[in-house]
Amino acid sequence: MIETTIKSIIHHHASDPTRLLDILLDLQNQFGYLSAETITQTADLLDIPVTRVQGVVAFYNFLYAKPVGRYRILLSNCIIDTMHGALAVMDQFCQQLGIKPDQLRSDGKVSIAETSCSGFCDQGPAALINGVAIASLNSQRIASIVNLIENDTPLKDWPAELFQRPDNIQLPGYLLKQAITPGSAISSLLSRGTQATLDEIEQSALRGCGGAGFPTASKWRYCRDAEARQHYVVCNADEGEPGTFKDRVLLNQFADQMFEGMTICARIIGARQGFVYLRGEYLYLKDKLQQIIDERTANHWLGNDIAGVTGFDFEIKIRLGAGAYICGEESALLESLEGKRGIPRIRPPFPVTHGYLNQPTVVNNVETFATAAKIALEGSQPFNQQGTANSPGSRLLSVAGDCTHPGIYEYPFGTRIDQILDDCRAENTLCVQIGGPSGTMIAEADFHRHISFEDLPTGGSFIVFNGTRDPLEIAGNFVAFFAHENCGFCTPCRVGTTLMKNTLSKINSGSGSQDDIAELHQLCELISKNSHCGLGQTAPNPVMDTLACFAERYQAKVNNRTFTPDIDLEAALQEARQLTGRDDPAAHLDQFNE
Amino acid sequence: MTTSTAKINIATTSLAGCFGCHMSLLDIDERIQDLAEVAVFDRSPFTDIKHCNQSDIGLIEGGVCNAENVHVLREFRKQCNILIAVGACAINGGIPALRNNIPLKECLEESYIDGLGVVNPQIPNDPELPLILDKVYPIHEIVKIDYSLPGCPPSADAICAFITDLLAGREPTLPDELIHYD
Repeated sequence: MIETTIKSIIHHHASDPTRLLDILLDLQNQFGYLSAETITQTADLLDIPVTRVQGVVAFYNFLYAKPVGRYRILLSNCIIDTMHGALAVMDQFCQQLGIKPDQLRSDGKVSIAETSCSGFCDQGPAALINGVAIASLNSQRIASIVNLIENDTPLKDWPAELFQRPDNIQLPGYLLKQAITPGSAISSLLSRGTQATLDEIEQSALRGCGGAGFPTASKWRYCRDAEARQHYVVCNADEGEPGTFKDRVLLNQFADQMFEGMTICARIIGARQGFVYLRGEYLYLKDKLQQIIDERTANHWLGNDIAGVTGFDFEIKIRLGAGAYICGEESALLESLEGKRGIPRIRPPFPVTHGYLNQPTVVNNVETFATAAKIALEGSQPFNQQGTANSPGSRLLSVAGDCTHPGIYEYPFGTRIDQILDDCRAENTLCVQIGGPSGTMIAEADFHRHISFEDLPTGGSFIVFNGTRDPLEIAGNFVAFFAHENCGFCTPCRVGTTLMKNTLSKINSGSGSQDDIAELHQLCELISKNSHCGLGQTAPNPVMDTLACFAERYQAKVNNRTFTPDIDLEAALQEARQLTGRDDPAAHLDQFNE
Repeated sequence: MTTSTAKINIATTSLAGCFGCHMSLLDIDERIQDLAEVAVFDRSPFTDIKHCNQSDIGLIEGGVCNAENVHVLREFRKQCNILIAVGACAINGGIPALRNNIPLKECLEESYIDGLGVVNPQIPNDPELPLILDKVYPIHEIVKIDYSLPGCPPSADAICAFITDLLAGREPTLPDELIHYD
């Protein structure tokens, strides 16, 4: 019976090992978790090594090798959710459901754990329940959720108001003011011509909106010029940077435009197949996106002979991620798309020549494709008449944290930080994290600086912290995030991020010394200079920035000793004292040996 | 560091280690004569001096697995100007630290109660025995360490190069070929 089910699921995915992630997600939906037996049979049926399947299961946070509750609660431990009371939410759930974090309740009904930022920072604390996002958790909502769980109410029958997730667009600009009419940009592309459209995008000087800011037209041209049997278009909808949620809003309101941008890209580079790699946290958007794809296909904006042009064929498939921040890195994303662990590739070669299945691939962010569609329709002028010389256009910011009006703000590049703080009604602001944990933390002295590639680049995360917050605790949260989300491939990052987390937590607990501050400096240097990919290279940023901006706060937390042990020596002997029954003087240790 | 008259004091010890790093030190062969020209061993398995005197260089092999290791390590830190973690166990805990993922109770019961051929099963509790720590720790988590000399064991050439640099008053550096193991 089990074998038949596994067979039919694998058959449904064409017995294709590159679909392993989809297969495992489906199997998990069927069986609740991925048992050793399921894993072995899957490997057999796909004719791949069992270790590869085990490796994938172990890699992704949303795949479970052990039983989890029929109701699985994952609470976002993003710094903003934490500031909004995520810890209290965890306590309330645990108390009312009679469970502990990371443990399955004895009746097997419910389990609870933490997860990284789920993308609802403007309406936190947020959780994923059986993969579906629920925001604005408060005592009342927690009580009704607990009630629904205890009454075995299926998730689909839960009251709709629990699933309300407002888009909170606070300040629309170039992109958000008006979505394009579906199909209109494709018409423009066809009348203007493929090369002329690429030229127009080049003229606009649009740069990738995911964070790295690579010129979009160059990327598309390199990809087009690479000879191969297939070209691919991939939309990176895996926004995982804590504090970012602008792609969620775009996917909810501007998906049509994003698909249109992908279709234009496909025409330019000569691709017939596209993918949207949707982060697992946005599972609830999947059906809606598929519906839009179906509508577009019915309207001949996707599929064969698009807009009646013979040979203009392009289809888009949605692929779901499974909770891995690193898969936002484009080469890790491609690995994941091929059904593997999301470990960043060695570059070069770059995806434009060797991407999905080693074929030339354009990977762009949701916002980039949506913007490209608008440029294809309206030309470059309306776009680049705003912004700065090196950073034309506008940028969507996901503003959250200590401000009265969190949400999406669209600003021309060059907008000053203090302007943004005014607009979102932030008061008594101590510091702002720009571009998420991997970005930059700035304090008041730098609030005159502006959002742009030349000054403060950002993938869209904008987190406000007021004077009641402790920057070292913030850095601690960020570093714990990197220690959890790194892919484990290279030692400087895998080991270094954990050492950084431990050292910072030693300082935050009050047992640090001057030596630990020196250690942090060294670690930051080592990790940023020796790591394999951008995750490790930027993981020390929160520590380096707080060391620079808030040196006095570090000094205030460490003691006067030149060195303090990393461990509590007396506690380290406790177990042996119990086991031996000893309590003589030699069975104890002083923490310091003066 | 060197003066024409006084010799350099070098102290060495093995904590939770296998003495392999000490064996590797002996593998410097005839170069030990050059070393003896400028240095003398203080506390060390070679001298059987029981307590460390004021020394210029302390070489520590092995991690920290019990209370006595902590005391010895602290004595070395107190008496040595430069303290060096020698080898994988001192630096990371090494092989003895494999027990870190097994609860201490299980380790002791397997050794002294349930193990094959155990006579008069009981967990030893004589106050003369060093009390065991819950885990094996790298030495830099207990005291400040000045340098780490990697390897399992570090090769004789690596040890020699490192000490030679120190004796010459240079910042020790190890070329790639001395720390490349594959």
